[in-house]
Amino acid sequence: MLKEFTCIICPNGCEIEAEIADGKILSLEGAACPKGEAYVRQELTDPQRNIATSVLVRGGVLPLASVRLTSPVPKARIFDVMEEIRKITVDAPVKAGTVLVKGVLGYDSDVIVTKSVEKR
Amino acid sequence: MEKKDVIIVGGGPAGLAAAVELYEKGITDILILEREKHLGGILRQCIHDGFGLTRFKTTLSGPEYAQRFIDQVLEKQIPCLTDTTVLEVSQDKVVTAASRDGMMQFQAKAVILTMGCRERTRGALAIPGERPAGVFTAGVAQAYMNLYNRMPAKEVVILGSGDIGMIMARRLTLEGAHVQAVFEVQPIPSGLPRNIEQCLNDYNIPLYLSHTVTDIHGNSRLTGVTVSQVDEKMRPIPGTEKEYACDTLILSVGLIPENELSIDAGVRLDNRTRGALVDEHFQTSVEGIFAAGNVLHVHDLVDFVSMEAERLADSAAEYVKNGSLEECPLEIGTDANIGHTIPQRISGRRDVTLSMRVRGVFKNCRIVVRQNGVEIAAKKMKKALPAEMIQIPLKADRIGENGKLEVSVEC
Repeated sequence: MLKEFTCIICPNGCEIEAEIADGKILSLEGAACPKGEAYVRQELTDPQRNIATSVLVRGGVLPLASVRLTSPVPKARIFDVMEEIRKITVDAPVKAGTVLVKGVLGYDSDVIVTKSVEKR
Repeated sequence: MEKKDVIIVGGGPAGLAAAVELYEKGITDILILEREKHLGGILRQCIHDGFGLTRFKTTLSGPEYAQRFIDQVLEKQIPCLTDTTVLEVSQDKVVTAASRDGMMQFQAKAVILTMGCRERTRGALAIPGERPAGVFTAGVAQAYMNLYNRMPAKEVVILGSGDIGMIMARRLTLEGAHVQAVFEVQPIPSGLPRNIEQCLNDYNIPLYLSHTVTDIHGNSRLTGVTVSQVDEKMRPIPGTEKEYACDTLILSVGLIPENELSIDAGVRLDNRTRGALVDEHFQTSVEGIFAAGNVLHVHDLVDFVSMEAERLADSAAEYVKNGSLEECPLEIGTDANIGHTIPQRISGRRDVTLSMRVRGVFKNCRIVVRQNGVEIAAKKMKKALPAEMIQIPLKADRIGENGKLEVSVEC
């Protein structure tokens, strides 16, 4: 079966056409780099995404500190991860790079702060 | 009046990159003027990742990307004034600004314009209907959510398929809002394909091309919008109207370079980019006034904003040291399939990179640069989209001393 993918790994957004049979790639066309094939392989078995959101900051110059995951998690668990992150409140000052959750939901992915917020 | 070698108007990604690069080139008598409380510009609210792949070879969120430059500004102790709004830049490079401390004026040898761009609004589209609350540009909704911790919506319709609109579709969904659909008046999406995939398809948000909002309903708060299909001339087709109940309409319908200061300084604009006409030094029509980043032409990636500003800074440093720059007599023209090029004039004596956008979708094409009918550079493209800025390097030894350059698309 011929299947089309838009690679999301970089802004090139390669349109990849892959011939798939029994979940295996028989042939693949349109990827400008090897990451394209790896992406299609991942999409076929276990699609993964990174997410970005914010956590509440107590006593900061800003009400929120932005956060992201250090590596992608299964797409189907995105809303569960959001639920975990929503539970977090931090006290100012908070520094970018701080790990807030190590191995979120047991995955090899940490929740880290991406914006420093000083104390008010 | 206080004298400065260089004044930089705007402390976003372009201004910060220019400041750091000027310092590296030995120009240290500079000042960044920023109207917000913090440096970083729009990146401060762009908390999603995907920034920095070209410039830093890693994927960062907007705040992290900005912080890499802010850290260098702090480390080098580059002077900057935040909460300070530039009111006027004159042709002879007198910069007038205001802050809580009052008015201030500087005489600069060179002025770097890095004010970025602003969003098109409902007013610019002239959408008919009522005027209820709940109609926001995507960037305003993004600021509410990512800077001020305010949730602006529950039931959402998005007009325009710009990148920020799609990113907000995902952001709103993650925070529990329901995004019904994205409507785009053009027959092709205006944002990047990867954002259609990861922001819309991932969350089952449909994208309807050749559709637009033709009526807005609601008294105090938005209650719904009417959406119509449009024909090939983008005119609504009678009888295709459909009602969507919603409390929020998000607009992602284009960005406009913020050039009010430039115009007052006598800088000539290109009516295609709505940014300044520049030569290969990123110098505008006014000697010693330079422009780069989204104030010059709207970019799709911040990496290219920083890199453009760094090239600008190299030239501005040369200008401050020598008092002049090489003449740029060679004009660059385009065929009907190319929207514009940056720069619009070159010297022909140095290697230079042309940035451009195509005006339609072209498959298996070549973008060709010719001078006096002779091909001097070309780029093969599997697919060229208006959403993606294209860059073509030109080698000085291929460029002749006379004759206009022409950029065209060949299929």
